[in-house]
Amino acid sequence: MNSAFTREINSILSDFSQERGNLIPILQHVQEKFGYLPEEAIQAIADFLHVSSSTVYSVSTFYTQFKLTPLGEEVVKICRGTACHVRGGPTLQRDIERRLSIKPGETTKDMKYSLETVACVGACALAPVMIVNNRVYGKMTPKKVAELFNGKN
Amino acid sequence: MAKIKTSKLSAGQRTVFLCHGTGCVSNEAFAIRKAFEKSIERLQLTDIKVDFTGCHGFCEQGPIVFVQPEGIFYAHVSLDDVEEIVYSHFRDNKPLERLMYKDPSSSEIVPYFKDINFYKKQRHIVLRNCGRINPERIEDYIATDGYQALQKVLFSMTPHQVIDEVKISGLRGRGGAGFPTATKWQFCHDAPSDKKYLICNADEGDPGAFMDRSMMEGDPHSVIEGMAIAAYATGATEGYIYIRAEYPLAVNRTKFAIKEAEERGFLGKNILGSDFSLKIHIKEGAGAFVCGEETALIASIEGRRGMPSSRPPFPTQSGLWGKPTNINNVKTLATVPLIILHGGKSYSQTGTEKNRGTSIFALTGKINCMGLVEVPMGTKLADIIFDIGGGIPNGKKLKAVQTGGPSGGCLPANMINLPVEYEAFANAGSIMGSGGMVVMDEDTCMVDVARFFISFTQSESCGKCVPCRLGTKQMLNILENICQGRGNITDIDLLQNLAQSIKVSSLCGLGQTAPNPVLTTLSYFRDEYEEHINDRRCRAAVCTGLVTYSIIAEKCPGCGLCIRECPVQAVTSSGKKKPVILDQSKCTKCGACFNICRLGAIAVK
Amino acid sequence: MNYLRLNINSREIKVKPGTTVLQAAQASGTYIPTLCADPDLKPHGGCRLCIVEVKGMRNMPTACTTIVSEDMVVNTETEAVHKERRSVIDLIIADHPMDCLTCIKNQRCELQDVAAYLGITERNLPRTIKQKPIDDSNPFFTFNHNYCILCQRCTRTCDEITGVNAIEIINRGYNSKVSTFGDKPLMESICKSCGECVARCPVAALVAKNSIMPTSKIETTCPYCGVGCMMELGIRNGKIVSVEGSRSSQANNGRLCVKGRYGIADFVQHPERLVQPLLRKSNTLIETSWEEALNIVAQKLSAYSGDQIAVIASAKCTNEDNYIVQKFARSVLGTNNIDHCARL
Repeated sequence: MNSAFTREINSILSDFSQERGNLIPILQHVQEKFGYLPEEAIQAIADFLHVSSSTVYSVSTFYTQFKLTPLGEEVVKICRGTACHVRGGPTLQRDIERRLSIKPGETTKDMKYSLETVACVGACALAPVMIVNNRVYGKMTPKKVAELFNGKN
Repeated sequence: MAKIKTSKLSAGQRTVFLCHGTGCVSNEAFAIRKAFEKSIERLQLTDIKVDFTGCHGFCEQGPIVFVQPEGIFYAHVSLDDVEEIVYSHFRDNKPLERLMYKDPSSSEIVPYFKDINFYKKQRHIVLRNCGRINPERIEDYIATDGYQALQKVLFSMTPHQVIDEVKISGLRGRGGAGFPTATKWQFCHDAPSDKKYLICNADEGDPGAFMDRSMMEGDPHSVIEGMAIAAYATGATEGYIYIRAEYPLAVNRTKFAIKEAEERGFLGKNILGSDFSLKIHIKEGAGAFVCGEETALIASIEGRRGMPSSRPPFPTQSGLWGKPTNINNVKTLATVPLIILHGGKSYSQTGTEKNRGTSIFALTGKINCMGLVEVPMGTKLADIIFDIGGGIPNGKKLKAVQTGGPSGGCLPANMINLPVEYEAFANAGSIMGSGGMVVMDEDTCMVDVARFFISFTQSESCGKCVPCRLGTKQMLNILENICQGRGNITDIDLLQNLAQSIKVSSLCGLGQTAPNPVLTTLSYFRDEYEEHINDRRCRAAVCTGLVTYSIIAEKCPGCGLCIRECPVQAVTSSGKKKPVILDQSKCTKCGACFNICRLGAIAVK
Repeated sequence: MNYLRLNINSREIKVKPGTTVLQAAQASGTYIPTLCADPDLKPHGGCRLCIVEVKGMRNMPTACTTIVSEDMVVNTETEAVHKERRSVIDLIIADHPMDCLTCIKNQRCELQDVAAYLGITERNLPRTIKQKPIDDSNPFFTFNHNYCILCQRCTRTCDEITGVNAIEIINRGYNSKVSTFGDKPLMESICKSCGECVARCPVAALVAKNSIMPTSKIETTCPYCGVGCMMELGIRNGKIVSVEGSRSSQANNGRLCVKGRYGIADFVQHPERLVQPLLRKSNTLIETSWEEALNIVAQKLSAYSGDQIAVIASAKCTNEDNYIVQKFARSVLGTNNIDHCARL
């Protein structure tokens, strides 16, 4: 583990008290910083909170927010809420899966895109909705998807 | 007793309000506000103010611009429109007709907010401030009698009196189960302990629901004031707001509101000089639907996997860190200040005998006007769908209304006169839930809807108990088979039996209600299941395994629109002015060609 | 002491306050099927098999998590209860291998017991089971995930009893799995191989390697350290074939560590183990009788006394043996130079 990494982890940990209740907020901060939860970070958090590394790992794998591998530069999330589902969400998803040649939960080999599905983002009136790097794109159509991705490539 | 300094909302001054809810923000509402500011400054229209509000609840029309005091409502405003509005409306005093709201049924232009059917037929009690005040300015909330109820409680009421007032109001938990709020508070109040907690449940995980998001974005102070009153009544001194991390805007507004309230002495030590103290923390959920369940939510705050535990003991006896804990939904808490301020009796005038007050729904799906709807309890579903929601688009027919999210059920079109009441919904096999209402038209396949919900609950099952972990998997497998045309007629009984036993034997609410979408579609739309299985047919042409698209040669002039639209090059030309050819082996049945063809030359079976 | 009265299947029972319905039933000899309950662990309520009917309660509560209240009326044997239990077992069976005859846990499997009790004679649901990995990294036991029913007795043991937390549930829902930090093999984890989880696994997911069924049992004290854990050695054909902690012992309450549980048979039955005293005669060790050996030792020891002599005792002796050693050193040999090799 290099020292810059240790410093960064420690600086996050120093904002928290050593209480078990802080586990999830700590994981959220670490992920915010690194984009995922590196194993070394999990070990450091476990040591800090005096719990076992398996316990921290177990909690991280329970919540869909936490990623254990690095994500692509662009994280594409497709809403799988009900409103999106009845307004073309599945077609949107198939379209993007085909475009990126990956399934939800996967990252392209060039580390450019990660694809995920999310439970409702609460923008149901704009269904179907997708999110690229935290920006919400509403009322998606195959044409708008094409524009979005072709504009980027 | 400290006196709250009140100010009047800047009445009279001409103000352009930008809606800054998630929906509008996703459509560049921030940039649009900046553009307004710039443009107004350039024209030196010094008497015009630019401001923003939280969610108006009519997200589909976003970005929304609302001009006060005249009350003109602009919809779908883009960056390019800003100049035109400023020149026409503010410089020349000619409100811009082009961007005014158009009624979807009559196609008439409706300039004024107050005349829009979507709002006209609602009754905003809990949503009273959403879209009307700036959620990032505590003075706005105070100017609408904000924190008066807290003051009243702290200096002139005992906890018992507070609970009694809520009891008189008849308020029931708006999180879904409808448990009487006063009773819950009483339990927590009566539990002996040196420390008690209060949790505001804003973990709105239901797909198709965004009431809590809008509340937290549009009027966070009413929730905070409600929390302070609830804490006073139950004896809690520490509170948590458990809110989804998927709602970043709501999280930030709430954080800011807590800070403002602390600075003004509405939160923290010795609130308003009384001997009552309350510290509120924010906990962001990490993406687990099951954490909406009380005991799982507690586990999550404690830093554990969000796995529910058996009740009893109920959280009001032994909750967070083993201490008595009162958990209320966002909307429940936001209602409390009103009850205190105007009296429980006044609140109970709205609604019906067992269902007092109003209810908020997120109306979405195949409906003309999508958005947030607050109506008195007892309102008929039909009134919500047709009067407020403006009916079904494109002349299609209503098929079903899904309420209560993955825990709810699908009510068929012929039950549309059902009143919005906990018991009425339950008797019909659905639930009120936290308020998702998804409208489905004849293009919706009910078997697919059941499959969709089970796939959701299956992936959100925590895995602790057998019926939910393995039972939802079994149901999902069966439903997928049916949707792919591999169903067997015995599957229907199998599903029915599985659903019934999962309902009875699951540990928590997630498992106990997960079968509802299956059970209701089985009882109201059994013919669709039978059709999928016996005739290998999906009448809504949704289940890709059962759908075939084909070209009707005599109708196709070979215009090529569908060739360009097809994402997999399954449609090819066979020469000029000749019908196109569809390669079935390549077709992914996405329906893009069918949707684009204006000549009806593509058949779907 | 206050007692609460309750009625289980029309029988009056008295229990101490705080007793669960499951404990009350078991104490009165009433069987309630369960797969996740364990007397040493906190109630879990996961397997849902112990659901019962309680008069006045809306749903069917689980016996393991329901605390007895005065005048409770419980029925554990109604048709409604059995129906739900059967559907739960149906779900588990559909997700479990069906190779009972060739399974190492055959006849010692709690899942078999429950299925038999509920009269299951056929598989009623389509198979959901998928091929899962086998973790064979630990030298003492195997973790075969194909048999795992996720009752969490192992993970709860690792948490509540040993406090190691080497194994936990990872992922969630149908993808849940008992695993370690980073989903790595047990031997790469902080697992201490104590085998407490193996002892509590109701099925063939966690099983000791080379375990065969004994024909008789002998109770003895673990020879590894001074704690004095009691153990039951399973004997077959004169050989130790299994080791279990004795529940009756107050020293260990049925628990053992890796040495006691997995380190006995090998050294007891090792061909090079000394079983007779050896006497060095002209540089060669020759087997001799105990009588001769002790005589020689006594003779030689009596030449020294006081500070001329020191005594070192073995940690492999019991506490009582060590007590005798120090007594012998102090009062017979007259020395206070006593040490002990408790560094195993």
